[in-house]
Amino acid sequence: MYEGKHLTNKRINDDLLSSLTKSSLVYWAIVGTLGLVVLAATVAVAFMINKGLGVTGLNRPVMWGFFITNFVFWIGISHAGVMLSAILRLSKAEWRRPATRAAEVLTIFSLMTAVLMPLIHSGRPWRLVYWVMFPYDFQRGIWMDIRSPLVWDPAAVNTYLTSSILFVFVALIPDIAIIRDRSSGIKKIVYSVLSLGWRGTTRQWKFQAIAGILLSALILPVFVSVHSIVSWDFGMAIAVKSWHSTIFAPYFVIGAVHSGVSGVVSVMIFMRWLFGWQNYVRHEHIDALGRLLLVIAIAWFYFLLMEFFFGIYGQEGDELATRHMQLLEPPWQWFFIVFIITAFLFPVPMWLFRRVRRNLWLMLITTISVNIGMWLERLLIIVPGLARKQVFSGTWYTYAPSAIEITIIGGTFAMVLMLFLLFAKIFPLIPLFDIKEGQVLQDKIKVGKIEVPAVIRED
Amino acid sequence: MATKSILGLYENAEYAAEASESLENAGFSKEEFDFLTDTPYPEGALGERHHSHRLYVFPFIGALLGLSTALVLTIGTQISYPLITGGKPILSIPPMVIISYEGTMLGAILFTIIGIIFESRLGPSLKSKLYDSRISEGLIGLIVDCNESKIDTAEQVLTQAGAIEIKRK
Repeated sequence: MYEGKHLTNKRINDDLLSSLTKSSLVYWAIVGTLGLVVLAATVAVAFMINKGLGVTGLNRPVMWGFFITNFVFWIGISHAGVMLSAILRLSKAEWRRPATRAAEVLTIFSLMTAVLMPLIHSGRPWRLVYWVMFPYDFQRGIWMDIRSPLVWDPAAVNTYLTSSILFVFVALIPDIAIIRDRSSGIKKIVYSVLSLGWRGTTRQWKFQAIAGILLSALILPVFVSVHSIVSWDFGMAIAVKSWHSTIFAPYFVIGAVHSGVSGVVSVMIFMRWLFGWQNYVRHEHIDALGRLLLVIAIAWFYFLLMEFFFGIYGQEGDELATRHMQLLEPPWQWFFIVFIITAFLFPVPMWLFRRVRRNLWLMLITTISVNIGMWLERLLIIVPGLARKQVFSGTWYTYAPSAIEITIIGGTFAMVLMLFLLFAKIFPLIPLFDIKEGQVLQDKIKVGKIEVPAVIRED
Repeated sequence: MATKSILGLYENAEYAAEASESLENAGFSKEEFDFLTDTPYPEGALGERHHSHRLYVFPFIGALLGLSTALVLTIGTQISYPLITGGKPILSIPPMVIISYEGTMLGAILFTIIGIIFESRLGPSLKSKLYDSRISEGLIGLIVDCNESKIDTAEQVLTQAGAIEIKRK
């Protein structure tokens, strides 16, 4: 139900562009603190590159640790954006309006962060130059396996990143034109170039609407493919027990949506508080997202159960040993308990209540809780699987992260939030034209003795 | 005869829609005028012309080009560095399918973006066009592009329909 006030177009511009024009002390204090964490992480990366991967906790056979866990996590968060924005646009859900851009921007920055993780993990990121600019160097006479599933990853992630950036840019053009009209000097020149001469003709609006639908329809299959392919980094590794599950692709996709939509809710509540957007990010929006989260979380939990059942059903010794490690051996059992409580048992029953879904503090706590759990979920898939606890293996080994890895991981969280806040200084985080369109299409109809809010839907 | 432009600014959509009706009654065709707004109004709400387009061709062309590039890349790489594994054929189809899929989608999306920019008639500059920055604050612009001989009639109609300001170019 529409619960907002009717605002003038000028007021909407003033309110939503306030993040560009006004700078509160709190804003800069947050950005500054996040910047320091990012700086610490950069120093840690530099130290690691200088000393080698030996400064991390990685060792045979656990060669994928916090970095790859974090890679999968950020790819997961990135799934919220376009999924939420595309599905809600296609279904013309009215409550999408304040959520779409924040979700798409979160997609871009989390994808960029995700791409950094394998590069840092490689230990020699400068060798990327050889992949991009020169033919591969046969220094050690080894040719990489171009048929490896790991080659699919950059193809999928880069397609998704390029598409998401362009998707956001196209939807930004009308808003950039508004900033252009309100600015002067060098700023006006920059925004004029970026707005591509937008004037808001009926033709331009028509194609803006088609762009939203057409690009949503094109990006959705890419979105599904990206996390499926990330899951095949694991699923295609037949030698690793607990990884080669046939349901990994949908399980990863739904898990990504679970953590991603939770991430969007956290970010929306945060920006409402920071920029004072109470008229735009309203309780009804968070309530609707809470209902969506309920469905997603239950679907994800079903896949989680199936993944375990399929693993145990075969009664293979190695598989059972890995499951035993995940569920019953410290420290993994403690991580598992925290994971299942934070990702499902705590938030989902809470979301059943309307009062919780409309309480911003509780929604912030529950959605952050989901992401703590979902991060642990990825760790629980990767490390116990790679520890290769097999019946006749005497060399199985577990993994403990070093301070360097923890600093770098902390830095990625700070980086995404910092980039998100810096974006708000350059472009509006809520699409202005979308909010205005919502007001044009909003009406009230009389049903019996009461007047109810209604929204006109275009076909 | 040279084409001239005139822009009338209106306070709301109703006035602008009435002005377009008056223009048609005065003998102007829908092709001769258009609206400038900061809000997407439902199609036909202002009495604007119908816009035909070929946007849907762009994703198909892009998809074909993307698929071809991906096939050249995957086949070319495998043939350039032949690694025979277990006596199997050098060209391995399953990995090619994934890269081809991503290439197809990337091509389709890139060409859709190009198509949107082209069909929206977006360009690098605004300078040569008639515009008023108050449009982005809620005013509605009704722009008439017509023969020099009709421009005075257009101004008269726009003013009578309640334009708060008129601009010429």
